[in-house]
Amino acid sequence: MTSPLAIEANGLVKTFGDTRAVDGVDLEVARGVVYGVLGPNGAGKTTTIRMLATLLRPDGGSARVLGHDIVSEADDVRGLVSLTGQLASVDDDLTGRENLILLGRLLGFATKQARVRADELLVAFGLQDAAGRLVKNYSGGMRRRLDLAASIVVTPELMFLDEPTTGLDPRSRNQVWDIIRALVGLGTTVLLCTQYLDEADQLADRIAVIDSGKVIAEGTPAQLKASVGQGALHVRLLDPERRDDAARLLAGTLDAEPQLEADPAALSIRIEDAERAAEAVAELSRADLGLAGFSLSQPSLDEVFLALTGHPAEDAETDVEVAA
Amino acid sequence: MSTTQSSPAASTSPESARPSSTSQALNAALSSATRPPRPGPLSAAITFGWRGMRKIRHVPEQLLDVTITPVLFLLMFTYLFGGAVSGSTGEYLQYILPAILVQSVLFTAVYSGVALNTDMTKGVVDRFRSLPIWRPAPLVGAVLGDTARFAIAATVVVLLGLVMGFDASGGIGGVLLAMVLVVGFAFSLSWTFTTVGLLMRTPSAVMNTGFMVLFPLIFLSNAFVEPSTLPSALEAFVNANPVSHLITATRGLMGGDSSAGDIGLVLGEAAVMTAVFAPLTVRLYRGKG
Repeated sequence: MTSPLAIEANGLVKTFGDTRAVDGVDLEVARGVVYGVLGPNGAGKTTTIRMLATLLRPDGGSARVLGHDIVSEADDVRGLVSLTGQLASVDDDLTGRENLILLGRLLGFATKQARVRADELLVAFGLQDAAGRLVKNYSGGMRRRLDLAASIVVTPELMFLDEPTTGLDPRSRNQVWDIIRALVGLGTTVLLCTQYLDEADQLADRIAVIDSGKVIAEGTPAQLKASVGQGALHVRLLDPERRDDAARLLAGTLDAEPQLEADPAALSIRIEDAERAAEAVAELSRADLGLAGFSLSQPSLDEVFLALTGHPAEDAETDVEVAA
Repeated sequence: MSTTQSSPAASTSPESARPSSTSQALNAALSSATRPPRPGPLSAAITFGWRGMRKIRHVPEQLLDVTITPVLFLLMFTYLFGGAVSGSTGEYLQYILPAILVQSVLFTAVYSGVALNTDMTKGVVDRFRSLPIWRPAPLVGAVLGDTARFAIAATVVVLLGLVMGFDASGGIGGVLLAMVLVVGFAFSLSWTFTTVGLLMRTPSAVMNTGFMVLFPLIFLSNAFVEPSTLPSALEAFVNANPVSHLITATRGLMGGDSSAGDIGLVLGEAAVMTAVFAPLTVRLYRGKG
């Protein structure tokens, strides 16, 4: 219990056949924070989390979780962490309530206490009306909430969340984010794997960007974003004929190279700050080019990758992690 | 977020600043969670057994296999082959009821492997494996839960047999002991199929392999014909087949002329199977992931 760090990983390696899924990952995660692990599919995020959660034995390197070695003291680690996996770690063939009772009993509650705890959690996660339904009939958002409830039947000191909002609609995603914030507010450390930059930005205190099994950047969200600018301004015109004029004007105002999009009336341009983007839009309007619409977008993971590695995030090895 | 249209610029609301009602309920739920002492190995295994029973209750159709198939087999074999093999259906029923009991329950054991294989593809196994519990508990519990299935199959066969006129000279005690023996043997056999379940890629491969192994073992036994009527090489195989030993012991218990030697042999074979395949299953299960 003396270690000040929640996670301390040194050169973790995991190979599957010829693939080095994780190729020397170092991590230092302080207690009580949300630490984001950001990367595309196949980058090694899931494999890393599975090693730290003692589900996979590393082929090289070492790691301590809450002061305990993940190999020689795996059982101690299991007593302090909980895992919410990519596939939603709940039992489809049981009801929501049975899932929570099952976990309560496995964590040592007597049957009656386990029932009380299950009902308490169902209410807290807004699932009381679905308590008696089989989980296979739940929506994606409900499954995730149940999954998170199952992870805190006993409050863990460290929670592993593997892509908790992948495939969720925006409303469910916001609910999941609220739950994560509430958890952290009570002192739980969260290791959050995600492929969404805005999710890491919303939740994480620090972020490690991982690519091809290696950490390629580490820092606060602000530091990371500083490396890729503020995102892009997207403009759509009423008349495709005027696009070249608009491109020239934007290039002049924003001092960047506009991208012509597939839509013949649309174009986009990277921006450094929102003020200048607003000015550029005003310029377009004054020039009477016939503006149909405009929007700002956050920098995408692709842009972060492009900035950090010089190549876009690739999906080539998507299946490696899942199959593992 | 790589495309644009959907996200109006300032979509970030200061949600973290104001405590929503969700987070209040959450905080209450979170702060009331004290960690109880860890459960013992048996308690964890029984909890997993409970999980198996709940699943049967939610999808009772999965019991069709273990109830309809034995009924079909018993009816078909008795009335189709009875006259030809034993001269009368009644006499043949005396001969094959214990065998159908064994056959039905042993086939059901294949499902232990199928269920485990299906389970392994689901995320919930990750959660089980990340819990601080006795590691074989999910497996032991699942196989314990499966014995409920075995008991159901056994009961169906025995009840139908009695209705059809089976004369149980061994009495109720003998019949019950026979059922216990068969279910116990199937429990041991389950471990071979859970091993297969962890080695194969798909549930249907597990099922095919299981049936491919079981069919010859059951048909090349003393289940349906007297071994003395067989060619000598086949007779030797039949007499060495553990399924024959189980059927002999079951016949003995149900017919009231059991021998301790027959029963002892079956128990020994069951013990060996468990001793080899249960640890093997556990090892494979731990290494998965």
